[in-house]
Amino acid sequence: MSFAKLTVSVLAVAAVSATAAAAQGRDNIQIAGSSTVLPYATIVAEAFGENFDFPTPVVESGGSSTGLRRFCEGVGENTTDIANASRSIRESEIATCAENGVTDIIQVRIGYDGIVFASDINGNSFQFTPADWYQALAAELPVDGAMVANPNTNWNEVNADLPDQTIAAFIPGTRHGTREVFDLRVILQGCEDTGAYDAILEINGGDEDAAEESCMAIRGDGVSTDIDGDYTETLARIAANPEGLGVFGLSFYQNNTDTLQVATMNGVTPSTETIASGEYPVSRPLYFYIKAAHLDVIPGLQEYAEFFVSDDIAGPFGPLAAYGLVSDPELAETQRMVAERVTMDQM
Amino acid sequence: MSDATAETPRKSSLYRTSDRVKRRNRSEVRFRVLGLTAIGIGVAALALLVISIIGNGYNAFRQTYISIPVELTADRLDPDGNRDADEMSRVTTFGYAPLLAQSLYTYLQDQDISMEGVSPQALMAMISQEAPAQLRRSVLDNPEMVGQTVDLEMLANGRIDGYFKGRVTMASAELDSNVTPAQLQLAQRMADAGIMATRFNWAFITNPDASGQRPEAAGLGVAILGSFYMMLVVLALALPIGVAASIYLEEFAPQNRFTDAIEVNISNLAAVPSIVFGILGLAIFINFAGLPQSAPVVGGLVLTLMTLPTIIIATRASLRAVPPSIRDAALGLGASKMQSVFHHVLPLAMPGILTGTIIGLAQALGETAPLLLIGMVAFVREFPAAPPEGLFDPTSALPVQVYNWTQRADPAFVERASGATIVLLLFLVFMNAMAVILRRRFERRW
Repeated sequence: MSFAKLTVSVLAVAAVSATAAAAQGRDNIQIAGSSTVLPYATIVAEAFGENFDFPTPVVESGGSSTGLRRFCEGVGENTTDIANASRSIRESEIATCAENGVTDIIQVRIGYDGIVFASDINGNSFQFTPADWYQALAAELPVDGAMVANPNTNWNEVNADLPDQTIAAFIPGTRHGTREVFDLRVILQGCEDTGAYDAILEINGGDEDAAEESCMAIRGDGVSTDIDGDYTETLARIAANPEGLGVFGLSFYQNNTDTLQVATMNGVTPSTETIASGEYPVSRPLYFYIKAAHLDVIPGLQEYAEFFVSDDIAGPFGPLAAYGLVSDPELAETQRMVAERVTMDQM
Repeated sequence: MSDATAETPRKSSLYRTSDRVKRRNRSEVRFRVLGLTAIGIGVAALALLVISIIGNGYNAFRQTYISIPVELTADRLDPDGNRDADEMSRVTTFGYAPLLAQSLYTYLQDQDISMEGVSPQALMAMISQEAPAQLRRSVLDNPEMVGQTVDLEMLANGRIDGYFKGRVTMASAELDSNVTPAQLQLAQRMADAGIMATRFNWAFITNPDASGQRPEAAGLGVAILGSFYMMLVVLALALPIGVAASIYLEEFAPQNRFTDAIEVNISNLAAVPSIVFGILGLAIFINFAGLPQSAPVVGGLVLTLMTLPTIIIATRASLRAVPPSIRDAALGLGASKMQSVFHHVLPLAMPGILTGTIIGLAQALGETAPLLLIGMVAFVREFPAAPPEGLFDPTSALPVQVYNWTQRADPAFVERASGATIVLLLFLVFMNAMAVILRRRFERRW
């Protein structure tokens, strides 16, 4: 029957071309990971495609953890070549990588990104310290030698200098690298600054790990909302709730200065300058990780990495800096490490 | 139907409506009102959705361009002076950008247009970053252009474009760190002088995606191709497999527990959340079979699995609608079972099968969730090759592009996302209209 024949031949053609394509090899770079690094990676990918004879790399988002998990799935053409991350790779992730045969990893630091706290432009302005955020968002606070559930509902209860406004925070979900930095640099810092850390140590009998964990436990009573999507979702939440305060990347804020106002931290307004000088306390390095085993297999991978950290791109006057990346003062060292393919074991 | 219509009976009539009849009439009126309200709510919701999408999105189909003469100075673009494309390609887009800014500056001076309050950097920022890439491409294609002065039409920066579309205003520019009111005033002067104009934007349909720095250049080209390739795969696989399975189940399979179980499973599969097919696709097609990520062939395979139950259910319904007398007549005249099915039943059921297939395809076209897991939610700028090789090249897809754009920081992408939704809706309307037309024209009733 011709109908059946047609079906069989279609399937056969599909199967044959599948094997043919698999044997032919992949000629585009595949990148996945942090949504904070994504805009930078797409800017570089675009310029790379325009200026080199290699195809434009394919860049996926999904979060640092997702990107690194896929990166560590193994070596081969159907695994990603580069993982973007807004935090450094964890020991546990390196171990997973090694189990799956991904042993040589090159870490590339592309620059620094500020984490800013912003609210609706027509609302109150805020001057924060990490202590304010700890007291606003901690699940439990130590009071008179016992842990009690966080009673604060308004910002002025946290700090009398802050406006009388309901606490409604929109912070990145746990799959985002930004969250880790927020927990460490803001919440834990605030916990230590207020003396709560020592108080917790006294209560729990000196268990430091438990005290840190207790510091960084965020309340789950609806005052703080985890945003698993991107910053656009945080922006939409603030548009819907003008009393909300959101955690953003500096570059995102810079693209939306007409709807958002930024809060100071310890009296410093975030900008590329204050972050580069270290005055603004909440910043973190951004990275990408290269699978060294893919370097001579996937065409253009080495060139892409070198192009990314070149002065034209990642330097202080390049397009990345224009978009909000704080360029790395030690860029030359990064360039050398990329050129010499220095893996993490050799560092 | 009955004589007891809702109209008030004339005085002369002997007919008197009893209380029971009145009660029944009242309840009918109530039901009609409720039905109309339900439809009204539905239509209002649809209208609201369509109006908001079109209101946000129609601007994506217009774009602002700057037209100026550009002098392609040889010492900058071809330092060696031998017009060799390979050597000229060493000049990157970073070398072309100052050239454009310089040309714009000179031209504005020649035209006596005041650049008050706009620094050279700010002037350069008014040109899209796509423009140097566009110029570099055309120069490398035609090295003879170097040394000449060419008329160039280039994209304006997204914020400047937003000013002409009403998205950016003088008030918002005050607060915006990426654009100043002085730039907007200059843009207005340039528009008055005819250097800058907003017109229909074909590039929105044909261009690939662009990075967050150049929303003005972002287009749907790769996404449309990717969606088209996926639909090809779905059509080539789901139609024959679905029809073959239905014919066997409906016409040949014995009625027993086994076929009953299959039937229940097919109905169940039609209701499985689509993301489950994505997980399956990642496990089987990518991790086990080793097919590439972000490829339309994988997307097509996953969507095939998702569409099959729809097609099978529609096909079986239309096969069942063919009266048994047709089969009996064919068999009575000596046709074999297979001949009766393929010569008589299948052609009569074809309009219903095609309608079901198109509806299944339309459903697959709008699907995003399973594509998330197989790497199609990505930034892809490279156009795929022609099929069949192109089926293995990375692409994006229309609904995925909408999802992607809604996540970008620059507010200009909101307009793009709504524009992409309009394109997607047009495709869906077209496909569903095809389904209706096929049904109307070819369906036979007995």
